Amino acid sequence: MENEENTVSKKAPAKSRLYGGKVVVSVAFLAFAAAILGLGLLTNILERKNEAKNPFFRVVELTDDTTDPEVWGKNFPLQYDGYKKTVDQVRTRFGGSEAVHKTPKDSDPRSMVAQSRLEEDPRLKTMWDGYAFAVDFREERGHAFMLEDQMFTERQNVVKQPGSCINCHASAYAAYKKLGGGDIVAGFQALNKLPYFEAKKEISHPVACIDCHDSQTMALRITRPAFMDGIKAYKASQGIQNYDVNRDATRQEMRSYVCGQFHVEYYFKGADKQLTYPWEKGLKVENIMAYYDEVKHKDWSHKQTGAEVLKAQHPEFEMFNQGIHSRAGVSCADCHMPYKREGAMKISDHHVRSPLLNISQSCQTCHSTSEAELKFRAEAIQERTFNMRNIAMDALVQLIDDLRKAKERGATDEDLAAARDFQRKAQFYLDFVEAENSMGFHAPAEAVRILGESVKFTRQGQLSLKNGKTLLATAAAH
Amino acid sequence: MNLQFLKLAVLGIAVGGALAIGVYTFVYAKGYSYLSNDPGNCANCHIMNEQFDGWQKGSHKNVATCNDCHTPHDTVGKYMTKASNGFWHSYYFTTNTFHEPIQLTERSRQITEESCRHCHQNMVDAITVSLDKKHTDEVSCLRCHRSVGHLH
Repeated sequence: MENEENTVSKKAPAKSRLYGGKVVVSVAFLAFAAAILGLGLLTNILERKNEAKNPFFRVVELTDDTTDPEVWGKNFPLQYDGYKKTVDQVRTRFGGSEAVHKTPKDSDPRSMVAQSRLEEDPRLKTMWDGYAFAVDFREERGHAFMLEDQMFTERQNVVKQPGSCINCHASAYAAYKKLGGGDIVAGFQALNKLPYFEAKKEISHPVACIDCHDSQTMALRITRPAFMDGIKAYKASQGIQNYDVNRDATRQEMRSYVCGQFHVEYYFKGADKQLTYPWEKGLKVENIMAYYDEVKHKDWSHKQTGAEVLKAQHPEFEMFNQGIHSRAGVSCADCHMPYKREGAMKISDHHVRSPLLNISQSCQTCHSTSEAELKFRAEAIQERTFNMRNIAMDALVQLIDDLRKAKERGATDEDLAAARDFQRKAQFYLDFVEAENSMGFHAPAEAVRILGESVKFTRQGQLSLKNGKTLLATAAAH
Repeated sequence: MNLQFLKLAVLGIAVGGALAIGVYTFVYAKGYSYLSNDPGNCANCHIMNEQFDGWQKGSHKNVATCNDCHTPHDTVGKYMTKASNGFWHSYYFTTNTFHEPIQLTERSRQITEESCRHCHQNMVDAITVSLDKKHTDEVSCLRCHRSVGHLH
């Protein structure tokens, strides 16, 4: 009995001890798991706090002579990573570059290029007849290709390009300093005078960090004398004298100006081929046209009509300045290099590209509507511009045809003078929209207005021929 | 007896350790500060820096803090919202899975809309047809006055 009691009393505690043991193990396990999660969270918070504290770590010393972007990339790896991503070739509906295979040659080792705009639209060949652009003109690729695409375009084989071309396609700041003995303006003038491939020897990278940033403060700065002079002349036309862009521009203005150093309309002035931005009378297309008429500049004589015509380059900066985004204080960088988050850090995205490829960061910062809606709005603007551009292009081709026929019929230079001048104007206006990268988006109403003006000039040109023909007929009858 | 003691010791260390790490993390991350009304605390996790900067320069700075617009005006609702927002904000920031730029959820939009009406009641009573949701959505304060608190 006693034994039995003992067994019972011994059994019960054993059960509860076992049960108690399970609870202890489970609770301890949960506590361990909680501790591990807690530590994980703690580490994450610690990392984020540190990220927010130190925007960058200086591992190399940068100087005003450090040209190689890879060296800058050691201190600014996130920005450099973005910069390297500009090799991407992505189409948008009305632009972007499509990777097209190409058989490499000795003279052109590229195995990949962008789609040919001349094949897409043969009317461009008619517009540029007699000029190098009628031989090879492709969609622009990302920043990573700016230098090699310039070196290997067929245009190099058709005409002798001047060193001035290097200004916008290469990291030329160090070359200016070297050629000018420290004076970048003198260096710039010396570089412009060289033939292209002589100038090419002076440079080794496409446009890089040092072309937009001060190596000591990382502040944005203008390194291109052509822009310094151009913006000074433009400001003077607005009543602001002695404008020094690096002294007087605000930070937000600089976020457009550093891009405007390159993405502009320009011409090579005089025998020395000095790169010049034609902004003395203003930034609008008629201001620039008036400037060219005044200095009697022509890019070439049209092969079919003999008109002294102009090639608009890529007036993104000028066009953007006529648009609503510019008016609202938005800068180029706001849309093309929007801020992006890397952990707790916020940096501007150096993967420069079409905002249509990054609508959330580029547009939704200000526009609180869906990505699909924003894309629709942008493409609607582009489609309207594209339709209007086609109308203007068809009209221009007709004028060129009429002019050619009139010439063949024996019309004199005097008879054709008015029509040729209208061709010059119609062509430049149309090209101002055509060559500008955005298909009207940078300034929608302005783009369509310019195209309307172009059509007006074309029709005036055709009218002047008709009247001229009447005059000729009248003269023959007498 | 010895085994029992060992088990209890392990349990004690585990629970104590987890608690210690939990409390330390909470203090280190300034978790307690989120119970207050100070807008500076809302920028603790760095995501709200721009909103905070914008608010400091905005017209509402002298009359309203983050909580005045982004939490309901009753105590229970306020702390329920703070707890829910706090949890989801930390979750998304830790796992790095959130839409950039940050966007208002529908619930937050409604709370904010109600907050406008709470303070500006005298004004909006003359404008709104009724408090029916259908009508308040038709005339939304935020649609036109989106940037009064802070830009974006």
